[in-house]
Amino acid sequence: MIEVEHIYKSFGGKPVLIDVSLRISEGETLAIIGRSGSGKSVLMKHLIGLLKPDRGRVLVDGIDIDAISYDELRKVRREFGVLFQGGALFDSMNSFENVAFPLRTFTDMTEAEIRAEVEQCLSMVQLPDVGPKMPAELSGGMRKRVALARAVALRPRYVIYDEPTSGLDPETSNTIDELIKSLTDQLHMTNIVVTHDMHSVLTIADRAAFIHNGHMHWTGTIEALHESHDPVLCRFVRANEYQIGKPALRT
Amino acid sequence: MRVRTSSLSLTAFMLEPVAALGRYSLLLYHAFRSLGDFKVYRKNISEQMMRVGIDSIPIVALAAAFSGAVTTVQTAYQLVSPFIPKTIIGSIVVPSMILELGAVVTGFILAGRVGARIAAELGTMRVTEQIDALEAMGLNSIGYLIVPRVLAGIVMFPVLYIAASFIGITGGLFVGSLSGYVTAGEFIDGAREFFQPFDPIFGVIKSLVFGFVITSISCYKGYFTGGGAEGVGKSTTQAAVTSCVYILLADLVLAIVLL
Ligand SMILES: Nc1ncnc2c1ncn2[C@@H]1O[C@H](COP(=O)(O)OP(=O)(O)O)[C@@H](O)[C@H]1O
Ligand SMILES: [Mg+2]
Repeated sequence: MIEVEHIYKSFGGKPVLIDVSLRISEGETLAIIGRSGSGKSVLMKHLIGLLKPDRGRVLVDGIDIDAISYDELRKVRREFGVLFQGGALFDSMNSFENVAFPLRTFTDMTEAEIRAEVEQCLSMVQLPDVGPKMPAELSGGMRKRVALARAVALRPRYVIYDEPTSGLDPETSNTIDELIKSLTDQLHMTNIVVTHDMHSVLTIADRAAFIHNGHMHWTGTIEALHESHDPVLCRFVRANEYQIGKPALRT
Repeated sequence: MRVRTSSLSLTAFMLEPVAALGRYSLLLYHAFRSLGDFKVYRKNISEQMMRVGIDSIPIVALAAAFSGAVTTVQTAYQLVSPFIPKTIIGSIVVPSMILELGAVVTGFILAGRVGARIAAELGTMRVTEQIDALEAMGLNSIGYLIVPRVLAGIVMFPVLYIAASFIGITGGLFVGSLSGYVTAGEFIDGAREFFQPFDPIFGVIKSLVFGFVITSISCYKGYFTGGGAEGVGKSTTQAAVTSCVYILLADLVLAIVLL
């Protein structure tokens, strides 16, 4: 379980997160939604201690991750897999080595075991043949899928996805959504999906948390989201319908 | 309101060098505290040593050969007098190469070549969240990225310095005798006459310091890159320029302290 308790964060005097609280339960898929620049990535970086709150606490399985030493924090981080916005594949390594990297670094697996595991991860994201390709040779969607394979290679308990579908065409977006769903079913992970893509939220999430102007404006289940009459939330959801050109709230 | 903002930014401006030194020291502190995770970095170190050292040999050799040759010709030109023995050319060229030129020429070339490359690499990793990705996996990104580069600099610079000095002296000897200013025998006699065993030791110490200065400054500039692709360009230039300035400074300080 991850608990975010009343965190505040500002950059150079400009507040980005104001009194944000959030609770993520074991096994659920939570979507953090909000407009571009609303602080979603900043919030997500607090969950793994890449950023420290000015005030407030972040608890992972009851441990305050800002109160522990760096070495202990690194142990906590190994419970997480993170898919960064642009994939963040290491561009000095090919796709195979990218997925193999966490295995080589954190396990004592033999070369043969690593090879088998990487191949399995790459087929889970439906890219069994890209191993020898360098990140620069891959399309944006493929890069995100390889990054997804790398994020789940160590079978983390928590997976964070930062805008997994942004910048992708609708079809590729659907593929990614399907992948996240099937990975969750196979690997029983807790997911935190940062996104402004409502279609993706409705496909994969159990619950949504809406950030607006630095505040946690609304949280609730997807059913509650359908029924909400909150004007700000409705405006965000409707803006999305026009943007992707299909009804986000399906009946 | 405007006055307050400007006075604030003035204070910030004046404190910036102190803050930068603080960040730089902290970065090095974290880097060397993580030396324990050596197993993870081992492969990286040999790779960096290849890239810092072996790949730089051609350009360093070229520059060293020419500086040795030019120093020889200029010394000969300045000392044309029947009262001065020609051996003096060797006595001047060889110590200049060993004491100053070998290390400084190598340093400047590598500030541009290695320094800029390190800053561009780490800067790109920063702005594309690759550094965040390393951290998120539970790796110490400072140790993983910076330790191998700085160690490679400290190990490979003395090697390049020795090669540069050797090639520079050979270049001087070759051009001097080809152009008839001085015979090879006279050149070597002159070099022997005033040879100080401490000179090459001083050169090695200097190159070691230069290696540290260039790689650590460039790592610092690259690691703390901000502001997208433009930021990477800025860090790259700054890494090369700042490294050159600090090489000159270190050169002077070492000369005063050790000579
Ligand atoms: N490291 C940083 N330094 C300064 N400002 C930042 C930093 N990271 C984010 N911000 C600012 O915080 C705000 C929210 O950013 P972000 O969380 O990336 O938005 P998004 O919701 O699109 O992910 C933006 O205005 C951004 O400029
Ligand atoms: Mg973002």
